[in-house]
Amino acid sequence: MTALDDRRPAAAHTGEGGQEMGFRRESTPDELFREVGAVLRMSESEVAAMQGEISDDETMIINMGPSHPSTHGVLRLMLELKGETVLRCKPVIGYLHTGMEKTGESLSYLQGGTNVTRMDYASPLNNELVFSLATEKLLGIDGDIPERATWMRMLLSEMNRMSSHLLFMATNGMDLGAVSMMLYGWREREEVLRFFQKVTGLRMNHNFIRPGGIAADLPKGWRDDVLRILDLLPDRLAEYDVLMTGQPIWRERLQGVGVITRDEALALGATGPILRSTGLPWDLRRDMPYLRYSEVEFDVVVGVHGDAYDRYAIRLNEIRESMRIVRQILDRMPAGDVRIQDKKVTPPPRARIDESMEALIHHFKIFTEGFKVPEGEVYVAIESPRGEIGCYIVSDGSSVPYRMHVRAPSFVNIQALPHMMRGGLVADAVAVISSVDPVLGEVDR
Amino acid sequence: MSTTVSEMHGCPLVDSLGQRVLHVPRGRWAAVLGALRADGFEVCADLTAADYLRHPGRTLPDGVVAERFEVVANLLSVSGQGRLRARTQVPEADPSVASVFGLYPGTEAMEREVWDMFGIAFDGHPDLTRILMPEDWDGHPLRKDFAQGRIPVQFKGAPS
Repeated sequence: MTALDDRRPAAAHTGEGGQEMGFRRESTPDELFREVGAVLRMSESEVAAMQGEISDDETMIINMGPSHPSTHGVLRLMLELKGETVLRCKPVIGYLHTGMEKTGESLSYLQGGTNVTRMDYASPLNNELVFSLATEKLLGIDGDIPERATWMRMLLSEMNRMSSHLLFMATNGMDLGAVSMMLYGWREREEVLRFFQKVTGLRMNHNFIRPGGIAADLPKGWRDDVLRILDLLPDRLAEYDVLMTGQPIWRERLQGVGVITRDEALALGATGPILRSTGLPWDLRRDMPYLRYSEVEFDVVVGVHGDAYDRYAIRLNEIRESMRIVRQILDRMPAGDVRIQDKKVTPPPRARIDESMEALIHHFKIFTEGFKVPEGEVYVAIESPRGEIGCYIVSDGSSVPYRMHVRAPSFVNIQALPHMMRGGLVADAVAVISSVDPVLGEVDR
Repeated sequence: MSTTVSEMHGCPLVDSLGQRVLHVPRGRWAAVLGALRADGFEVCADLTAADYLRHPGRTLPDGVVAERFEVVANLLSVSGQGRLRARTQVPEADPSVASVFGLYPGTEAMEREVWDMFGIAFDGHPDLTRILMPEDWDGHPLRKDFAQGRIPVQFKGAPS
């Protein structure tokens, strides 16, 4: 028995054998075909020819994660290495699975926001937004949301895109050894989070965008806060350019690493910066506009090579585009209500409760029972910083969703990892994971 | 509510709150999705399922018999065809449907998730194992007859 064989009983004991990557001698041609053939539209025999004759003596299967600093949480990758070359890779997920979709079936539509906001914790407001849009579509009130609420949603969504991409700048730098970048990225993200804290009361998991509108109006002085961030960021982003973009070491580490073509990305369902890095200008904000994105001007940033460097550059420039959108939102922010004046959905204001018994009962009923949503099913998708985030809700006419499913962009995007890593170096694996920017809370839900 | 408006590839196409929904017979699932792919729906954005155990009386177009499970695929076209949702009825007695992995390789993980959460098998899937739950887990959590778990709390020193 070799040292490798010793590990099999342990795997059987934990009961995880089936999810792990098998040894090459045990792998069927099917398995190899799954990894390359289906995506590249090759036949099984072509795949077999491509693989060549490699025996298990030359290779080694190692685990990367689940608790590895560069896997952004609890992503576990099983890598088959030959020397330093990655031959195969299999992501093993589920370590953060908390059954959020099941929980969502017992929370009312008003409570649901607290659940979905915890999925992609780096862009919580986008999760709330897609859940609210889906609920509003089921209620049939999607055309009646007040203008101010709609523009506030755009403001928060774009600020969130900035904070999420700034976090990517930080972690991407950290993963590749640029520790100063980590500190800078975190510093700038903190500015945005401070704004969120002032507006929503929390830095993360806001539950601020709710079915029917927004929880509260913007606080006094919000415009100055936004302007301060907008004035501060361009210089900081210019610093990033000096520190990273043009720097030879940075380019060496990222250019040509984790390449994916447009057809492969489409076949794998990858969206967001991964798809755009292949040169396809696909952005739901422009191609299937929601809110008032059709009324603001912005560019969809695309790459050329589909490599990790393009994905870095796309996110950096998307921060600039978001700033451009936020400036337009500042100019156009209308006055008015922030919640729909539909008594079925919106509870009475606090002041009314003191003077009206009916208002008190109504308030109590909305927060305990919730509001009933007509029977139907709907799928709504928006552009989150990571790609298409979708929400599929089935309603049976009661006040809790009958089925609530979130199409998480990270869940789909990490399925592209084996493809991007194939044939690369193990040191580049870190760069590839980082460039996908997965949030494991959303992967496992 | 939803009425048959037209037909597409021999399946009833209905309108659900302004979204196009195609009700595909289970036997033609892979064939129809293949035809849709050829029509320009290049991306399978999402594939999921729903368990209608406690909600059997939902609105379906004429000719579609309601079954316990439903597999739902949300297709997306990046070449201007918009979105289309395909739904198929899957009976409790034989919870299986053809895999569309060959058409949309991106559904590999999504079909595994549906298998894990609903126990619906995908014929022809290359690696149908659990993805989110542990390998030795008993049952399929998102089925409606799978109770939300409560771990019995034990207090230290309490008489048992």
